[in-house]
Amino acid sequence: MLLVSQLINGLQLGSIYALVALGYTMVYGIIKLLNFAHGEIIMVGGYIALFSLTLGNFHPVVAALLTVAGCTLLAVILEKLTYAPLRFAPRLSLLITAIGISILLQNVAQFFFDAAPRSFPASELFPVGTVMLGNVSVAYTSLVTIVLSIVSMISLTILVQRTKLGKAMRAVSEDTEAAQLMGVNVNNVITFTFAVGAALAGIGALLFVARFPQVTPTMGAMLGLKAFVAAVLGGIGSIPGAMVGGYAVGLIEVLAVYVGLSRWTDGLVFLVLIIVLLVRPTGIMGRKLMEKV
Amino acid sequence: MLKVNNIDVYYGNIHAIKDISFEVAESEIVTLIGANGAGKSTILKTISGLLRSKTGSITFAGESIDHTVSHAIVKRGLAHVPEGRRVFLQMSVQENLEMGNYTQQKSTMHSRMEDVFTHFPRLKERRKQVAGTLSGGEQQMLAMGRALMSRPKLLMLDEPSMGLAPLLVEQIFEIIEELHSSGVTILLVEQNAHMALTIADRGYVLETGRITLADDAKALLANDAVRRAYLGG
Repeated sequence: MLLVSQLINGLQLGSIYALVALGYTMVYGIIKLLNFAHGEIIMVGGYIALFSLTLGNFHPVVAALLTVAGCTLLAVILEKLTYAPLRFAPRLSLLITAIGISILLQNVAQFFFDAAPRSFPASELFPVGTVMLGNVSVAYTSLVTIVLSIVSMISLTILVQRTKLGKAMRAVSEDTEAAQLMGVNVNNVITFTFAVGAALAGIGALLFVARFPQVTPTMGAMLGLKAFVAAVLGGIGSIPGAMVGGYAVGLIEVLAVYVGLSRWTDGLVFLVLIIVLLVRPTGIMGRKLMEKV
Repeated sequence: MLKVNNIDVYYGNIHAIKDISFEVAESEIVTLIGANGAGKSTILKTISGLLRSKTGSITFAGESIDHTVSHAIVKRGLAHVPEGRRVFLQMSVQENLEMGNYTQQKSTMHSRMEDVFTHFPRLKERRKQVAGTLSGGEQQMLAMGRALMSRPKLLMLDEPSMGLAPLLVEQIFEIIEELHSSGVTILLVEQNAHMALTIADRGYVLETGRITLADDAKALLANDAVRRAYLGG
């Protein structure tokens, strides 16, 4: 039974990684940028959730919506202000900019909110308690996390596969110039992609603070890095890949704990990444372009 | 329909297009011929707004498009089939055509697609197939079909014969004539000068970024200098 509850634990953790990994993979897919400021979006989301609940005294649903909206708005502003002017700059400039924004956001948060961790009132956000599935008791938080992330991922898949905007995203990601010739406003599609990635990160932030109930200026760094590993593991640029990679990282971590290697969890995650990349350099779901000329 | 007046285009410091002017009248087929690197594709990219000219002006259907962004130019009825076809390889044939319909109403998409299939029956057979698995000729058909989805008044084709077997080249050119007779004006860029001049009304010869000759297609076909340089004797 311990194994089953650990697996559920792993799915919970994996759901969070998957949501965050989607933001990395979508932005990479569309402008080939490894957006290292993505983790900080989650950190900002954590503070928004915290202050909406404690200072604002808002209803949890309102607090959750504010968090997602705040993350989305921040990402759109950052994209317009910093990445958009660099659209035709070398990719290295973009990467360095992303790292710069990441450091800037961490320091701004430290300046205003203090470096000390603030505890997060998780019980105000999600109901406390457990449900019995068979003879395994599962925390509500785990259940909510898994269900909410699956719903988010299904919605994202429908958006990308079925809607006009989703097709435009895929077109821009495959061939920006050709998409422009079809009449696609590429700048809007890129901004929209950042917005969707950040909205998922906002949901991820809520689920993360529900699981680890404290907020710090650097909380996004390790979560962001793990999610980035998940995206690369799954095949960066691939949306199903980010989902698979997220769950894989989550499960590796809890299984490491289960077999008694709890001090090695982070190391094991990176070890698996290295092994997968040695065997399949494009990641689990990353595909080589099938091209016939 | 299309008027290009004294444009100059640069790639960084390279002066790729030097003071070029030409025009395409309604229901004409006009061709730009010239060797590799003469600037043919650059001209088309400038017209569709992917590149900008430093000087001069471009008008389409009586309106200036000098400052119009490329996604808005498509909407005005100017479609560009780029060099190398550039279909979306990871999307299905149908999805590629849907992308072609991007600026148009969704309600008319299916009837439009059927029109495209009458010109390219092969695409109908392959509509569910991923574009990356099509042959070169089929990809060219898809690129043209995709451009037609936007109901263009002017269709710009960049090297439609590139890399295709002679039989397929003939087939593609037959389709171009067919489209032309259905009322589409065509600006054709080709290295295969013979084929291009055979179906065109008028032609321009391009050498290292300048237009060196402009005449009726028949006259160019008979021109000694053109024959020596582009038609193999």
